[in-house]
Amino acid sequence: MSHAADAEVLVRARGLTKRFGDFTAVDGIDFSISRGEAFGFLGPNGAGKSSTMRMVGCVSAPTSGELTILGLDPVTHGPAIRARLGVVPQENTLDIELTVRENLLVYGRYFGLPRSVIRARSATLLEFVQLSDRAGDQVDPLSGGMKRRLVIARSLINEPDILLLDEPTTGLDPQARHIVWDRLFRLKQRGVTLILTTHYMDEAEQLCDRLVVMDAGRIVAEGSPRALIGQYSTPEVLELRFDPGDHEQAAEKLTVLPAGTAERLEVLADRVLVYTRNGDEALAAVRGLGLEPLTSLARRSTLEDVFLRLTGRRLDD
Amino acid sequence: MTAGATRAAPAAPPPADGANGAGRANGGARWSFALREFRFWLTDYRRTWRGSVISSVLGPLLYLGAMGAGLGTLVNRHAGGTLGVPYLDFIAPGLLAATAMQTAFGEALYPVLGSVKWVQNYFAAAASPLRPADVFRGHLLFVTLRLAMNCGIFLALIAAFGAVRSALAILALPAAVLTGLAFAPALMGWAVTRTRDTSFSVLMRFLMLPLFLFSGTFFPVTQLPGWLQPVAYVTPLWHGVELCRTLCLGTTDLGGAAVHAGYLLAFAAAGCVFATRSYRRRLNE
Repeated sequence: MSHAADAEVLVRARGLTKRFGDFTAVDGIDFSISRGEAFGFLGPNGAGKSSTMRMVGCVSAPTSGELTILGLDPVTHGPAIRARLGVVPQENTLDIELTVRENLLVYGRYFGLPRSVIRARSATLLEFVQLSDRAGDQVDPLSGGMKRRLVIARSLINEPDILLLDEPTTGLDPQARHIVWDRLFRLKQRGVTLILTTHYMDEAEQLCDRLVVMDAGRIVAEGSPRALIGQYSTPEVLELRFDPGDHEQAAEKLTVLPAGTAERLEVLADRVLVYTRNGDEALAAVRGLGLEPLTSLARRSTLEDVFLRLTGRRLDD
Repeated sequence: MTAGATRAAPAAPPPADGANGAGRANGGARWSFALREFRFWLTDYRRTWRGSVISSVLGPLLYLGAMGAGLGTLVNRHAGGTLGVPYLDFIAPGLLAATAMQTAFGEALYPVLGSVKWVQNYFAAAASPLRPADVFRGHLLFVTLRLAMNCGIFLALIAAFGAVRSALAILALPAAVLTGLAFAPALMGWAVTRTRDTSFSVLMRFLMLPLFLFSGTFFPVTQLPGWLQPVAYVTPLWHGVELCRTLCLGTTDLGGAAVHAGYLLAFAAAGCVFATRSYRRRLNE
C-alpha cells in the first residue's frame, strides 16, 4: 500500500538505539510514520517492540540515534508531545477500585482538561467502546475485554494526534479480540494514526497498512502485509503432519519435490510446511512420492510464514 | 506541521523541560502538573477517608488514654517530678511527632509500591504530560495533607486531654508535619524502586519501631546509656519530638527550635532530591 510521498511525517527515527546496561534492546532502527497511517511493529517477545514504543511514547529516552515525534524532540519536549499522544500500554494501568467514569476523570485531569470537557468526552467515548451501561460500575469486576476497551477509551480522552497501542489484544479471548479489532478498525477509518506492536500476525494483517518485522532489536523487513508475504513467501502453504516416528524420514523424502512444486520446506517439531504456488497440486505430488500424511492443510501464506522465513523461528516461540 | 497547527490541540503544549534553561519560567506549569497528580490521590482517597479518619481519632485516644492517664498515674507517683510536668503532658507531644513518622511510613511505602506494581497509576500518569518529578511532587503533596490531617486530629485531642501548656502549641502542627516530611520523601524514593514489599516490614520493625521507642518519645533520651545518646540526637524523630514538646510545653527557645526545624528541613530536602532522581529512573527508564 503506497502512501502519498508528501504526507505529513509524524514520527521519524534514524539509528534509534536503546541499551539497558550491556543489553541492546533496540539496535539502530530507522522508520517513519505518516499521518493517518496504521503502522505496526511485529515480532516475538523480546524483539524490542515495547522498548521502541516506550521511546515513541516519550517515557524512555533513546540511548542514541535520532527520534522526532510531531516535529519535536522527545528529550526536550516530552510533556508537549505526550499531551498529543494516546497510549494503550501493555498493562491496563486502570484503578480497578474506581468506577469506569472515574478512571476517565482522573486520566483526563492528567491532561489538564476541565471536568465538563472530560464528562462530555467520556460519554461519547464510552458509547464508542460499548461501555455506556457500565459507566458507574467499579472496574474490578469487568471482563478482560471490557477493561481493554476502557483503556482504549481512556487513551482517546485528550483527542490525540497519534494512538500508541502496545500489544492491544494480548491475553484476550478470541471474541473479545474481535471486538477490540473492530473498534480500532473504526478509528483507523476515521483517519486516526495508529502505531501498534503485536506478536499476532493476524492482528498485524487486519490492522496495519504498513509494518516492520523486528527481531533481536533490529528491523528485518518492512512493507505492507501483502507486499511482505509476496516478497518473502509463496502464495500458499501446505501443512503436513506425519506420525511422530516417521516425521524426520518423511521430511527427508519431501526434499526431492521439484522446485516448481515445493519452493521451500520448513521442518517444525510437529509439522512440515511446504511452500508452494498451489497447495492442492503440492499435496498430489506428495502422495505421488508414496507418502500419506496423517493430516494435511493447504492455506494461504501469512505473516507468520514471513517471520519464519526471515528468522527461522516462529512468532510465539 | 501545518496540519498539526490547525487541529485543535487538546492542551496548550507547555514549554520545553528545564533541560534547556526554561526551568524558572516553567515553575507555574510544574506545580500545576503536580496538582494534577495530587487530585488523583484526592479522588482515590474519597473511597477510604472515613475509615482513615476514624483510625486517626481512635489511635491517639487509645494512646493518650493508656499512656497518659493510665501509665501516667503510675509515673507521676514514682518519678518524683523529674520530668517537671505530668507524664501525659510530657508524652503527648512525643506521640504527636511519632504519629507523624508513622503516618509517613504508612503513606510512603505501600501506596508508592502499589502505584508501580498493583494499581500502576504512576505509569498511567507518566504516559500523560506529567513528568516523574510531577508525579512525585503531587503524591508528596497528598502525603503532606495526610500528615496535616492526622497530626491536626492528634493535636486537637491533646488539647482536649488538657495536656497543652502554651499557645505556641499551635505551631506543633507544622512542626509535626515537618517531622513526617523528614521521612516521607526518602521513603517514597526508596519504595518506588522496589518490586516487592517484603523489605517494608523489616524496615518498620528495625527502623521505625526503635525510633519510636528510643527517640525521646516515652522518656528523655538522657535516660539512655551514654553511648546511645548521640545516636538519638542524629535521628530526625528526636528533633521532631523535641520541637513538638517544647512548643506544647511552652519551653521553646528560638535557637533550639531553629536547629531542630533546620535539621528536619535538611532531611526533607535531601529526600526530595533523592526521590526526584529515583522516580525519574523508575518511570523513565
